[in-house]
Amino acid sequence: KELNLFWFVHCVVPKRNKRVCSGHCWSVCLSVAGCYINKMYYLMPDDSTNCFVYIFTFLNRQDLLKWNGWGYSDSKFIFNKKGQAEFTGKRYRLSGMVLPALREWFEKTFGASLEHKTPPRSALNTSDIPAPILNEDFLDDLKATKIPFSHEIEDRIFRAHGHCLHEIFALREGKFERVPDMVVWPNSHSEVEKIVNLACKHNVCVIPFGGGTSVSSALECPPDEKRSIVSLDTSQMNRILWIDEKNLTAHVEAGIIGQDLERLLNVSGYCTGHEPDSMEFSTLGGWVATRASGMKKNIYGNIEDLVVHIRMVTPRGVIEKSCQGPRMSTGPDVHHFIMGSEGTLGVVTEVTIKIRPVPEYQKYEVAKQRCAPASIRLMDNAQFQFGHALKPQVASIFTSFLDGLKKFYITKFKGFDPNQLCVATLLFEGDREKVLQHEKQVYDIAAKFGGLAAGEDNGQRGYMLTFVIAYLRDLGMDFYVIGESFETSVPWDRVLDLCRNVKERIVRECKERGVQFPPLSTCRVTQTYDAGACVYFYFAFNYRGIADPIHVYEQIESAAREEILANGGSLSHHHGVGKLRKRWLQEAISDVGIGMLKSVKQYVDPNNIFGNRNLL
Amino acid sequence: MASENAYSPQDPTLKKRDDFEDVLEERRNSSDVKYAFRCYTPVLYNGIPPCKASLLKHTVLKSDHVLFVIQQLSKESGESPEIIHEEAVEILDEMAQNLKLSVVRFFAFMLSKAFKTLFQRVRVNEEGIQRLQQAIQQYPVVLLPSHRSYIDFLMLSYVLYTYDLSLPVIAAGMDFLGMKIVGEMLRMSGAFFIRRSFGGDKLYWALFSEYVKTMLRKGYAPIEFFLEGTRSRTCKSLVPKLGLLNIVMEPFFKGEVFDVSLVPISISYERILEESLYAYELLGVPKPKESTSGLLKARKILSDDFGSIHVYFGHPVSLRSLAQGKISRSYCNLVPRHIPVKPPKDIFTFVNDIGYKMVRLQQENMVISPWVLVASILIQSLPQIDINHLTEQTVWLRNLAQSFGAFVDWPDHISVSKVVASSISLHHSIVKNTGGRVTLIEEKQDSSNLEHQLFKYAATVLMCASYRNQILHIFVRPALVAISVHSVGSSRKEEIFSYFSFLRDIFSHEFIFAPGHTVQDFEEGCYLLMKADAIQILKTDILLSERGHKIVSFFLAMFQPFLEGYQVICRYLSEEALEGVTENQYVSAVRKFAVKLLLSGAVKSCEVLSSDLQKNALAALLKLNICRKTKEMEQVVVKVNRTAVNSVEDTLGRKLTPLKTALARL
Ligand SMILES: Cc1cc2nc3c(=O)[nH]c(=O)nc-3n(C[C@H](O)[C@H](O)[C@H](O)COP(=O)(O)OP(=O)(O)OC[C@H]3O[C@@H](n4cnc5c(N)ncnc54)[C@H](O)[C@@H]3O)c2cc1C
Repeated sequence: KELNLFWFVHCVVPKRNKRVCSGHCWSVCLSVAGCYINKMYYLMPDDSTNCFVYIFTFLNRQDLLKWNGWGYSDSKFIFNKKGQAEFTGKRYRLSGMVLPALREWFEKTFGASLEHKTPPRSALNTSDIPAPILNEDFLDDLKATKIPFSHEIEDRIFRAHGHCLHEIFALREGKFERVPDMVVWPNSHSEVEKIVNLACKHNVCVIPFGGGTSVSSALECPPDEKRSIVSLDTSQMNRILWIDEKNLTAHVEAGIIGQDLERLLNVSGYCTGHEPDSMEFSTLGGWVATRASGMKKNIYGNIEDLVVHIRMVTPRGVIEKSCQGPRMSTGPDVHHFIMGSEGTLGVVTEVTIKIRPVPEYQKYEVAKQRCAPASIRLMDNAQFQFGHALKPQVASIFTSFLDGLKKFYITKFKGFDPNQLCVATLLFEGDREKVLQHEKQVYDIAAKFGGLAAGEDNGQRGYMLTFVIAYLRDLGMDFYVIGESFETSVPWDRVLDLCRNVKERIVRECKERGVQFPPLSTCRVTQTYDAGACVYFYFAFNYRGIADPIHVYEQIESAAREEILANGGSLSHHHGVGKLRKRWLQEAISDVGIGMLKSVKQYVDPNNIFGNRNLL
Repeated sequence: MASENAYSPQDPTLKKRDDFEDVLEERRNSSDVKYAFRCYTPVLYNGIPPCKASLLKHTVLKSDHVLFVIQQLSKESGESPEIIHEEAVEILDEMAQNLKLSVVRFFAFMLSKAFKTLFQRVRVNEEGIQRLQQAIQQYPVVLLPSHRSYIDFLMLSYVLYTYDLSLPVIAAGMDFLGMKIVGEMLRMSGAFFIRRSFGGDKLYWALFSEYVKTMLRKGYAPIEFFLEGTRSRTCKSLVPKLGLLNIVMEPFFKGEVFDVSLVPISISYERILEESLYAYELLGVPKPKESTSGLLKARKILSDDFGSIHVYFGHPVSLRSLAQGKISRSYCNLVPRHIPVKPPKDIFTFVNDIGYKMVRLQQENMVISPWVLVASILIQSLPQIDINHLTEQTVWLRNLAQSFGAFVDWPDHISVSKVVASSISLHHSIVKNTGGRVTLIEEKQDSSNLEHQLFKYAATVLMCASYRNQILHIFVRPALVAISVHSVGSSRKEEIFSYFSFLRDIFSHEFIFAPGHTVQDFEEGCYLLMKADAIQILKTDILLSERGHKIVSFFLAMFQPFLEGYQVICRYLSEEALEGVTENQYVSAVRKFAVKLLLSGAVKSCEVLSSDLQKNALAALLKLNICRKTKEMEQVVVKVNRTAVNSVEDTLGRKLTPLKTALARL
């Protein structure tokens, strides 16, 4: 059992010196607070007396995480006995707080009621899960390698899905047609090579699994796959192999999850600055495989800007560059075959990534204009109202947006209408002087357009909500409300038209498809570029009275996607194509483009070992 | 082909129509002054009040599109952008409307007075008004009225004012500006003016299209224009012109608006003010002297009775729904939206289809007065018909038309003979009843010039024909099937269909046929004939029934002027235009040729003298590649393929059956 390593929690114990390097590690078995911990890494620093970092690895991911919803099991939104919304647990700043305005917002926005419940089933219905198709020869060879594996139902089902609405809905009350037949946990690049070799030898299908946060059906198993499907879980490959302070790079195993990467780097005074909203759970390899984007990309860049070197194991062998030059003119950049390959070509095992010193100063601000701080989020009014509904009962840091405004500005700016206003949350980062200078610039622009600064509290709150918002969908699903977010990128001049048209299309489609209550159809700009922006849509509705809500949802989402494309938006800014959006890929990249991808796939993986059938 | 199948989805006879209210009734009972000065608060698009007309002009001049074109022109011509900009300002000043409520009120007052003397009733479907009111609040609206008279747009604005709806801005031809004061008045009541032809003038096009699009995007006001491009002198619908339609659709293609509502409006006149004017225009001869003095004419007109008008607001059609699944809008994605791009073919086809669709929707709700039925019978029975026979036939035709889905306005509490009699007396300028003999009016034959007499007679015939024309859209599909059944001399369905599609192609500019809908048109025609018990449809054959003979010969007679007219034109082309004829001379040359034939008695129908028919025939022949245009020494010359023209003529004359090429489509 010692080899069943699934998940980890961190206990970072830094001493004075903040440098972390990987040394060798050893494991002990501990039992802490009811959790089984069967392995502990001790990362040996250069100066071995100065720093201890313990990473405890849990027996099962699902002990810590929900098996049928978002995030940690202990954290969720509930309506308490008094009927007030509350966020449970201790992990987040919002944890343990009551949110008095949420219920009214929820009932009013969706026409939902606490009386009409749709609770999920309490446990997995194991008889629904198809029996595993096992390739005995592969198993025999695999056993010989001593790489841990499992074909237990919980392990398989946990890796059968990402976090699309239909996937979570299937967990709650439906079923999957096909799930992985087994799970393997390689511990290193060379173990991945062994697995991939065996897979080729025995013709089994391999699906890499990182953090499982995919929102493009990328992890779903093709229902008609007859071969044995192996989910290759990268979670054990989670070490920082080295840090190069001269060149400001770190060489990291691809299975590391975002928050660990940042935390470990922070210990040595560095960060990557790559912060996708899913960073608590998504992995470096996943980012590379999906071309992820972090909220602070204005300063640090998106994953393609951050990556210096990639190592990937493919059925043809290992692909990597011969040096770590910061830029090369060596024909088309092969990294771009890897980034966005969505697990169709091989397993990313190690990545050299740029790092930066942790910023001296951070400031969260809310204003009403755009500029170029580390991060910018511009919300429409519906989102502002939504954010407002998440105002907790107490806590100084959580002064509500309007309270903040009242204090400072409402007297000055009469006629300020909460039903019209939109909000931009800006994050400034850098040295103190620069931040303040930037801030002033932004406020000047804001003033010019009748905007006003709403204070740092509101800004902080906006960013804090980032991590808890994903939990809200589960609450909705308990009360007939289903929803999802989806994104696009679009040139600046079309942003407003696209937002309006897509929102309106959603409303119209809902009406036409018999949705009884007006949907929540709202958007925000989450990323800005010189040539355009990334727009995020939130769409949710109350499905009472609808026989097949998921089907209706999917029809509406696909209508919305068509609207996006017709308005000059892209198929995806960062979520990827997966299987959810693949029907539009041809239109998006032309026949020749598809042909190019096909021929790469054909060369790299002629037997479709990486057979998750994303993209093509 | 599935003509055996139940025909329910498109059955034209199943149309439900709204009831009418007479808007003049209240005007006759209450003060016009009060009416003109009443509180006017129309509902608005998105609730946003429209900006000032001057700001609108400014927005257009500063738009990326216009600035881009100015830059481009400056680069091409070497002229400084400032000078081109000034030119642009002038063009826009000449073009722009300048809606002023005070002028609108003045018009409301004047038109109330005028309409009350001219017309018995102005009847409007109020449900349509309500639908329009809804539509205006949601999306930008485009009003697409039929165009039979100058009165059309005055009437429409008048009705909208009456119902407290936003006044439209109206695309009007430049000819109005010739009349200085009237032009400016119209401008202040919402008209904007477009030059008739501005072919390659990029600046003009940019300003014009941007002006229209800006108004549309801002939801400034409903935009009104005439799909037919000009007043139809024949009172048949004209094939749609696509220029403005393209412009108003573009903001939707480019995602600048979520949707656009297209509202077909059918304005039907019991008697058209311009009826004799049109006839002389079509004949290409000046109107006889006595009526040329404008003042006299106006007074004469004001003392006359022009019966009733029906204004029917059709269901607003969502452009988005029409486009759904038909086109891809992504062609706009690769070029900044202010730079004009040539739309791909599917967009062009789509716009063209919508143009036809909207014209057909206009036709659908055209109200047919008893006189139209009377005129249709009369014109087949020249030189005279007995009043009783006329009445009997009119009733027969009324029943037939109604069973084909016509929207007939037949008064039900009055005896049939009274209805016919009052129609005749309303149209005293065309017919008279002398002792039970109904004939066309004949003016005193003052000269012995035969040609002169012919034209005078032809003018009256064309006037009469312009009323018959108002019912042709009801009959054209079954009639062409019936004519095919008759002409082919075989009951084979395929042969009948191929003759039908030949006729449909030849008459593609004469009547409104949605492009690519040959089979549907054939099926509709068959279905209606079958419903009228005129034919029996078997698996491979179509058989004429007992009752069918009467219907077939009626239809033959009804469409004879067109069949004959087109043959004459073919003859002209093959006998006299072999070397080619310049486009400018074509009409007068055909006319000369036709006059000869008419005077010799070889041809019976005067309608061949109509320049409209002549031009339609040429347009169809050009489209079928039977003629083609070439440019020779600065002149456009029409060249003729003689064999092809002869074969068209013979086929029309039933000496030949058409080639079997159409068969494959069945
Ligand atoms: C609440 C929420 C917020 C999100 N916010 C963001 C955001 O801000 N920015 C953003 O970019 N995305 C975001 N996402 C999407 C998702 O987190 C990203 O796509 C992420 O990169 C996926 O990483 P993962 O490790 O979870 O990969 P998984 O979901 O496990 O896998 C995704 C795909 O990558 C492949 N893959 C995974 N690891 C490897 C590997 N090592 N080698 C080869 N292929 C591999 C898998 O086969 C699969 O096809 C969000 C998702 C959720 C649910």
